[in-house]
Amino acid sequence: MAREQVNKGFAEMFKNGVIMDVTTPEQALIAQEAGACAVMALERVPADIRKDGQVARMSDPAMIQAIMDAVSIPVMAKVRIGHFMEARILEALGVDFVDESEVLTPADESRHVDKSLFKVPFVCGARNLGEALRRINEGAAMIRTKGEAGTGNIVEAVRHMRAITEEINALKGLDDHQLVQLAGELRVPVELVRQTRDLDRLSVVNFAAGGVATPADAALMMALGSDGVFVGSGVFKSQNPPRMAQAIVQAVIHYQDPVRLIEISKNLGSAMIGLENSALDVKMAERGV
Amino acid sequence: MRVGLLGLQGAFLDHIAHLHRCGVTPCIVRDAQALSTVDRLIIPGGESTVMAKFLEAFGMRGPLRRRIDDGMPVWGVCAGAILLADQVDGHPGSLGGMPVAVQRNAYGRQIASDTHAIDVPLLALRAYPAIFIRAPRILSMGDAVAVHACMDNDPVFVQHGRLMATTFHPELHPGDAFHRYFIDL
Repeated sequence: MAREQVNKGFAEMFKNGVIMDVTTPEQALIAQEAGACAVMALERVPADIRKDGQVARMSDPAMIQAIMDAVSIPVMAKVRIGHFMEARILEALGVDFVDESEVLTPADESRHVDKSLFKVPFVCGARNLGEALRRINEGAAMIRTKGEAGTGNIVEAVRHMRAITEEINALKGLDDHQLVQLAGELRVPVELVRQTRDLDRLSVVNFAAGGVATPADAALMMALGSDGVFVGSGVFKSQNPPRMAQAIVQAVIHYQDPVRLIEISKNLGSAMIGLENSALDVKMAERGV
Repeated sequence: MRVGLLGLQGAFLDHIAHLHRCGVTPCIVRDAQALSTVDRLIIPGGESTVMAKFLEAFGMRGPLRRRIDDGMPVWGVCAGAILLADQVDGHPGSLGGMPVAVQRNAYGRQIASDTHAIDVPLLALRAYPAIFIRAPRILSMGDAVAVHACMDNDPVFVQHGRLMATTFHPELHPGDAFHRYFIDL
């Protein structure tokens, strides 16, 4: 219980901030300098994982360690869905947060990691309320939309954030009998559904992820109720990563101020090249439901 | 009374329910104009590097430092305590005002974060479950700094005039004792 409180509390500290994917200590320093509140250390950004089409696994611990040594902000790293041994290794390494991520190739098709058995906090992706509550019930301290990573296309992240918001709104009208029935359908304890209804939001921090490529994308997700934003390929696949990184951070701070967003969005060079959903061979968001 | 919440990054919204229960008006501060409208300010938990960067970038560092020097009450929580410190990791702090030296992430990474029971006689709290998250350590301080609570031998709740700092997170606890103390400061 105390551990859960400390880990959920840690996620609260990321709020209104931007967490950036980085593949080298140099990129991590650029992200920190630009105002990232944490970095995600991984060997290849999602756009490259998608292009390569190979099995994607936990990154080399030496590479993650080098990034941990380079920056003072928190460092996250990814494990494959259900790969509790990769998670044990990252916990022993001392990373600050583990992302059990659909961006990597799933290791277990029916079970996620039992995150309640770990001391290190976990973030997991979700497309809807059921996925979000199942991950929280497994012990996730933070949720993010899955979006569609590596595409630079915001449409899936919007779909997922709106779905979660609408499903939480729909909880308001339910009586006790209907809550029990819904909890059964979602395969989570009814207490968790009731708590979500009473809070009128998820009981953990909920970030946007998967497709954020511009300051306007980040501001859009904040306006839709995200607590903060992950940027995967969007920074280091853009023409001018330091400028794009700083602009996205500023857009999260000033998302309610379109006049400031004009200046923030100016002269950034080209954003990452986007991919249409219909052109995708792999839908990462369908992994780990 | 309007209590500002520095809204550049971090857990500032977490203070709103506490402030409402204390009967004061919270106001999110993201620029110098908003800063000029508040009677006191909470600098929240979050990433001190991010807040320091944008205090400077948005032209708020100078005006905030002047308000501090003019006696506005300010409460720094964790990262906020780092911003208020005159010395951080052996270098001058980015904002400063409180004669303390702190070390960032002094207790280790998140795996070392924990809840510790502390006594706060000033607020009549015994075995209060203080939540420490990648917390800074207060290494040394000037004579005029009052220590209100310690964890082991480390000061974790200090006050210098109308500036206060906690290296733990009262905003994550349902109680309002720290907020009540701050709005009476």
